[in-house]
Amino acid sequence: MNMQVAERSSAPMSAQHRSGQDGPGQQNREQQRGQPVTRNDDAHHELSIRVRDLNLWYGQSQALKGIDIDVFQKNVTALIGPSGCGKSTFLRCLNRMNDLIPNVRIEGLVEMDGRDVNAVKMDEVALRRRVGMVFQKPNPFPKSIYENVAYAPRMHDLVGRKSDQDELVERALRDAGLWEEVKDKLHQPGTSLSGGQQQRLCIARAIAVQPDVILMDEPTSALDPISTATIEDLMDKLKQQFTIITVTHNMQQAARVADYTAFFHLGEIIEYNDTKTMFSNPHTKKTEDYITGRYG
Amino acid sequence: MSQSFDDISAQLKRRHRKSARLKWISMGALGLAGLFLVLFFADMLVKGLPAFKQAQIQVQVDYSEQASQLPLAAVNEDVRSLVSRGYLRLIPGRMEDNPDLLGTTRLEWVLADGQVDQYLKGHHSKLKASEQAVVDRLVEQGRAELRFNTTFFTRGDSKMPELTGIASAAMGTLLTLLVTLAVAFPIGVMTAVYLEEFAPDNRFTQAIEININNLAAIPSILFGLLGLAIFINFFGVPRSSPLVGGLTLALMTLPVIIIATRTALRSVPESIRHAAFGVGCSRWQVVRDHVLPLALPGIMTGSIIGLAQAMGETAPLIIVGMVAFIPDVTTSFTEAATVLPAQIFTWAGEPDRAFIEKTSGGILVLLTVLITLNATAVVLRKKFERRW
Repeated sequence: MNMQVAERSSAPMSAQHRSGQDGPGQQNREQQRGQPVTRNDDAHHELSIRVRDLNLWYGQSQALKGIDIDVFQKNVTALIGPSGCGKSTFLRCLNRMNDLIPNVRIEGLVEMDGRDVNAVKMDEVALRRRVGMVFQKPNPFPKSIYENVAYAPRMHDLVGRKSDQDELVERALRDAGLWEEVKDKLHQPGTSLSGGQQQRLCIARAIAVQPDVILMDEPTSALDPISTATIEDLMDKLKQQFTIITVTHNMQQAARVADYTAFFHLGEIIEYNDTKTMFSNPHTKKTEDYITGRYG
Repeated sequence: MSQSFDDISAQLKRRHRKSARLKWISMGALGLAGLFLVLFFADMLVKGLPAFKQAQIQVQVDYSEQASQLPLAAVNEDVRSLVSRGYLRLIPGRMEDNPDLLGTTRLEWVLADGQVDQYLKGHHSKLKASEQAVVDRLVEQGRAELRFNTTFFTRGDSKMPELTGIASAAMGTLLTLLVTLAVAFPIGVMTAVYLEEFAPDNRFTQAIEININNLAAIPSILFGLLGLAIFINFFGVPRSSPLVGGLTLALMTLPVIIIATRTALRSVPESIRHAAFGVGCSRWQVVRDHVLPLALPGIMTGSIIGLAQAMGETAPLIIVGMVAFIPDVTTSFTEAATVLPAQIFTWAGEPDRAFIEKTSGGILVLLTVLITLNATAVVLRKKFERRW
């Protein structure tokens, strides 16, 4: 395993990933598609989601161009890039939330467990059961805290008896680091919590159905620094159980929480790399310019 | 060179004067509208409140064998012309219901003739001088007075003003509106849910949307013609019945409910739908568990206002035969019935002066119900209003 990793990572080091310039690793390109330039040896490397040549159009304008990426299980993968670069659009491809937008056309492969997510046979409800989502603005249901967490498991028939349900709610709230704060007011409305607590409630809601992957679309951009830090710690804990893919505008956040980072620009992945390498030794000029704040 | 404050203020004077003038004009318009409203209400109250009082006189009622055959014999000849003839006609029936009355003579407060009522209320009456003298004497003895008019609320229409009441029209309105609600509410809400949550946004649905909006603006009498052609002539629904009236009004209320529901659905933020889809709800679960509960207050408000509008409607009901003389209180959906505004319309056409106050009284009842309905809508909206 380690050997293989070392070999793979050495070859494309000097190549500019997907930049179109020829490098020494050309003969390996097919194998390298979607792979990070450098491996993070501390991370897991079992494949979770494989994306190949994903293109997406909103009407006439193309928002994603030939995206290749392999996302590994039980890691935090951060998607960074300037506004409008397609990172949120890409994220929504992974649980087919783009289906809700009219005039979207998607081509290419998004594969999970060897199944094409976009296949006609794939039920998007089943997919979303395995790929949960946390949104930019905390959006708890206007119901009680308890009901926010218990709703989805009950809907998916994951719990039978009331006691199972109570247990599941407690576990989800504990995992989301919210239990101590809300255990005495489970029946108050979820919207009565503070912004950071609401976001953790949304995380509890997402993990209550035990998904494989949690998508986070700028989960902290509406929160204050302290709540942000809490959520970042939480992501670090949750990656032991779940694969987390997060979109962030905040490069420090990506550097802090992510094992792997993909840099999007104008609908393309410019660089996909081990986070440490990405921020210390970016392989393309564009990445370097972005992470040093020249644009974005 | 910059201008001083004084220069600028001088230039602004004209603009300030203009806005002050417009403010006064607007306030004047509001005041005028308020004045009309006050005048209208005052007029209705002055004319209509007397309808809730009716003259009664205290006479000996002789429940004899003869009275059961010839009701006029039940009261003495000297006051016979002062007692409501319609009331006397009810005596045999009451004796049948209550056999104990037979052979007794009781001192009772009975409904006075409409002319006595008008005389006591100080209006012109057709009473002869001698009859007026008798009434005056009865008043002095405390045996003739204006009492609360229960008849007005318990009986149907009558050609005798003292016996006329609003009950059959109120019952007709209730039954009609039940039909309207039962038909228009589910169809309207489901139509709106489909258009708003399920339908693709294409030319076809846009055309439907435009047509629904146009439907809300169609003169209501056309709905009456439609009701006549479809429900009565084609489906053979009984004419003049609450069923046909309710169906016709449902056609009219449908666009109002659809538009109100769509507005309510649209006001539910998209983030709630995303949250629900995100945890794996199907489209119907999103609507049923999350969107509809949040939209319900708005839907209720719109439906109540739509119903209130239907309740005040007369024109389409003329065509389906609900503007009719209905003396008995209707209890079935298929019998002939009338509704409150139609009853008011009928009374307004009666030549007898006593019907003026009945007309205004009817309007007061209708207005009270309408204001109650609209107030309920406002309270519902305020109570469940949610801000995101």
